[in-house]
Amino acid sequence: MRPLNELIETAAAEIGAAADLAALDAVRVTYLGKKGELTARLKSLSELPADERPKAGQEINKAKQELQARLNARKEALDTAALEAQLAGDAVDVTLPGRGKGIGGRHPVARAMARIDRIFRNAGFGIRSGPEIEDDFHNFTALNFPENHPARALHDTFFFPGGSLLRTHTSPVQIRSMVEEGVPIRIIAPGRVYRCDSDQTHTPMFHQVEGLVIDRGVSMANLKAVLHQFVESYFERDARLRFRASYFPFTEPSAEVDILWGEDKWLEILGCGMVHPNVLEAAGVDSEEFTGYAFGMGVERLAMLRYGVTDLRTFFENDLRFLRQFR
Amino acid sequence: MKIAESWLREWADPDIGTEALAERLTMAGHEVDAIERQGQGLDDVLIGEVLEVGKHPDADRLSVCQVTDGNGAPVTVVCGAPNVRPGMKTPFARPGVTLPNGMKLRKAKIRGVESSGMLCSATELGLGDEADGIMDLAQDAPTGDPLPAYLNLPDAIIELDLTPNRGDCFSILGIARDVSALTGANLEDPDFELLPATIDDTHLVELGAPEGCPRFAGRVIRGIDLSAKSPVWMTEKLRRAGLRPIHPAVDVTNFVMLELGQPLHAYDLTLVQGPIRPRMGEQGEKLTLLDGKEIEVNSDTLVISDDSGAIGIGGIMGGLGTAVTEQTTDIFLEAAFFTQDVIAGRARSYGMHTDASLRFERGVDPEGQARAIERASQLLIDIAGGDAGPTVVESSAQHLPPRDTIRVRRERITRLLGVEIEDGRISDIFERLGLAVTAVADGWDVVAPSHRFDIEIEVDLIEEVARVYGYDEIPEATAIAETPLEVVTESSVDTELACATLVARDYQEVITYSFVEPAADERISGVRSELVLSNPISSEMSVMRTSLWPGMLIAAATNASRQQDRVRLFELGKSFHGALDNHTEVVRIAGLCMGSVQPEQWGSKSQSVDFFDIKSDLVGLLELTGDLSAVRFEPAQHPALQPGQAAVIKRGDVELGVMGKLHPRHSKAFELKRDVFLFELDAAAALASQAPKAETVSKYPSIRRDIAVVVDDKVSADALTEAVASSSPELISSVRIFDIYKGPGIEAGLKSVALGLILQETSRTLTDEDADQAMAAAIKELQDKFAAELRD
Repeated sequence: MRPLNELIETAAAEIGAAADLAALDAVRVTYLGKKGELTARLKSLSELPADERPKAGQEINKAKQELQARLNARKEALDTAALEAQLAGDAVDVTLPGRGKGIGGRHPVARAMARIDRIFRNAGFGIRSGPEIEDDFHNFTALNFPENHPARALHDTFFFPGGSLLRTHTSPVQIRSMVEEGVPIRIIAPGRVYRCDSDQTHTPMFHQVEGLVIDRGVSMANLKAVLHQFVESYFERDARLRFRASYFPFTEPSAEVDILWGEDKWLEILGCGMVHPNVLEAAGVDSEEFTGYAFGMGVERLAMLRYGVTDLRTFFENDLRFLRQFR
Repeated sequence: MKIAESWLREWADPDIGTEALAERLTMAGHEVDAIERQGQGLDDVLIGEVLEVGKHPDADRLSVCQVTDGNGAPVTVVCGAPNVRPGMKTPFARPGVTLPNGMKLRKAKIRGVESSGMLCSATELGLGDEADGIMDLAQDAPTGDPLPAYLNLPDAIIELDLTPNRGDCFSILGIARDVSALTGANLEDPDFELLPATIDDTHLVELGAPEGCPRFAGRVIRGIDLSAKSPVWMTEKLRRAGLRPIHPAVDVTNFVMLELGQPLHAYDLTLVQGPIRPRMGEQGEKLTLLDGKEIEVNSDTLVISDDSGAIGIGGIMGGLGTAVTEQTTDIFLEAAFFTQDVIAGRARSYGMHTDASLRFERGVDPEGQARAIERASQLLIDIAGGDAGPTVVESSAQHLPPRDTIRVRRERITRLLGVEIEDGRISDIFERLGLAVTAVADGWDVVAPSHRFDIEIEVDLIEEVARVYGYDEIPEATAIAETPLEVVTESSVDTELACATLVARDYQEVITYSFVEPAADERISGVRSELVLSNPISSEMSVMRTSLWPGMLIAAATNASRQQDRVRLFELGKSFHGALDNHTEVVRIAGLCMGSVQPEQWGSKSQSVDFFDIKSDLVGLLELTGDLSAVRFEPAQHPALQPGQAAVIKRGDVELGVMGKLHPRHSKAFELKRDVFLFELDAAAALASQAPKAETVSKYPSIRRDIAVVVDDKVSADALTEAVASSSPELISSVRIFDIYKGPGIEAGLKSVALGLILQETSRTLTDEDADQAMAAAIKELQDKFAAELRD
């Protein structure tokens, strides 16, 4: 019978040479199987004198443990190699595109409008809406446009038989909101508006956001601050504004607001003013107690400036190649 | 309105340049749209005199002229202008001069004749675009003088976009007043000499409609010669304001209108029959206007009449019958005050727009008539000779606008503008604007001059303070406002989230017009829109849409025609319903899919979108509401959709919308070659939601059991799953269909459906017996309701 260390050496060599799990198992059977060499030696312990048995037993067990450890290590190495070989076969081209649908996108005008909404909502403005088919009272009369006033002619109104009309601005929402909710009030009203005009710089439908703040002691200085902050928030930069005197029947004083664009170009971006006492009275508000401001901005104009769109009409052509730029 | 800067500066000459002046005007509410510079680089162009005109030997259309500019001997100039004539004064440029259009003149032979310089047209000198020949200067133009000095050049033409409230600014005088107030420059507002009457003739005027025409000034002038030419200083001013010289009567009335803002009219006195009577028109009364147009007068229109009937529309346009021509010798000059109310909108109603109507509808100075008559008659007699009668002014004092005292409170100015302005500054602003000011304890009592009829109430004065003080001088002040917090509702899904969900599902938002073509809209929705525009842009945009689909189908077709095969669109917008007097506006969310489910890709087979793709998107959207339990898709008939692939979506009894496949006949009409699937939801109904209510999740395991049954093909999936679910409602937590089979092994007209049941109890672990019982109950229900046969 060869010495244990010799046996382990041989077995270790065989384990190392086992190329796969089957070969490795064959080695295990050779030594540790029911009829394996070490198993046989354990069985033959009883043939030894009683005082030698513990020591011999210990040695055999130690050898057995060592073999088992080597078998395990080899098995793990073989498993790892097998897995690695398998995984190598599963490698993918990570540069291939992913599967499934892409995403769509918002319309640039809706995107700009959502931005404007968010800015004002953060400042505590509520969002209101009103009908697009309006009556003369809300679109004009209550806003201090007397009948036949030349300012009406500037509005290029779409009419329906009988005198109702498509709202030419979002300002009617001022009246409706003040009548429904009373004052103080602090709202914006985004939406579609319509004018009977169609050329390179006009589309018969466009979008406005109206703003209205009525409270005790609201002044033009407040209006200037709000609009300056809005413009800087919307364009995400410092902005120089100029407030130019202008005329709207429903505000007084009225102003048009220009932003300094580039070095020396002033671009008109919105109209505003202090709400005219006649408008407050038309909405049942005491104009002695309350003052307020209103403003209105063209969303297309703001979207064009923000996103570098140069032709207004492209907004309503709905060409996917154009729209996909804004998602 | 266009005005020449040089003319304005005759009336108010602030010590600032053109650009600065334009900016002051713009900031004060008179927006300068454009500045057109004229007459620069003309220093070397002189006034020439044509001495002789002969024919060119070799060219019929050319003349060979002898021209002098006062320096040395006359020179030979070849000229192609048809209007050249001996004795003519015209701009002359010698060789070596460069014209504003860049042309450098040199001696040259023209068809064999040497030409030493050029006689110039207005176009060549950058002085207008009328080029029916060379400029025909007045006979008294000083030969040899530089042209710019003679024509008062260079100059700038300032184009102003005036606001409708400032009718008083439609004149040199009006703008000069504001320039003076804004800059402190002195206002040169001369008291024109009164032209004494040299004859006694007057013509009777009767105020027949004093509420519309409360003042009418008139004057008879006899013996004038209208073949005389208006002087160049006048015609140049007219030209720079965009008006052509006609004859002295027209030129003078135009000039005074531009200068003082008061429109005037001249009648041929010999053609007027009886008293002149401004009165309201008689409905249907006929009148031929100066421009030859015949109109039927409406009863809301003020006409000027004589014994023969209407001879003009007051404040808009005179009639042809009494028109002044070059042969006219006796005229009646009118300067009337028509109220804004009687003019506003009238010109438009006849499809007209005149310089007079523009001014009257925005308002003219009710006190300015006599002065305008004096000024005009003086100018006219200077040019055309003649004798004037006395100026007669008919007025109806009670119908003239009142001039009330307006109290403006100091505290109110501060409160509205948000800035404290010194008292002295405020009263100075009022005075500069020509207002009569009296200081009182809490502010000022102010009376506006007659030309500032726009100033009626306190806030009008506060605006004037702000305007002259300068909006830019008002500080910014962030208000600390106590605003009650708004309720953030969970009773509906935020439309922003709905849009984001559709975007995440690969839909591109579009915005289509709210007005559409009536026939297309009716074909798609089955309803004829009753909301028809009176003045649409075009017939394709003439009714309010009853559905978002027509616009989206057009968008899809447009994109398809631009090689976009895969189109997935959504729109959020209103549709309009019912009759005008009680119409409704419904916010809708609509979607459209066409082409392959996924963009072309290597990893999955291309598959065309079908009913169930778009249904899944729709359900995804509805799932945002948190509760699909009451949502049903029911087969439906819809005019836009293909029968058998159309569904109405309901929650309980509430209709949320429709979806399905576009009917092939519509595909054809919209020129869409591929199948199109659509949905349209009422946004408020579909997105109605509520805050979620949490339920305890069962900690006991669930059991899954499957059944396969053969049923009639017409039995719907909903019917099967509901029958199964209701057979043991307390045990079955969900039922799903995981396979449907038709074909070999299954009789025609039948189908095999595989159902998976998830059984669960919240209070205990289910036993196999429980499951068996539930299965037995489910099978019995299927057999009873649908004669289902169990499959193994």
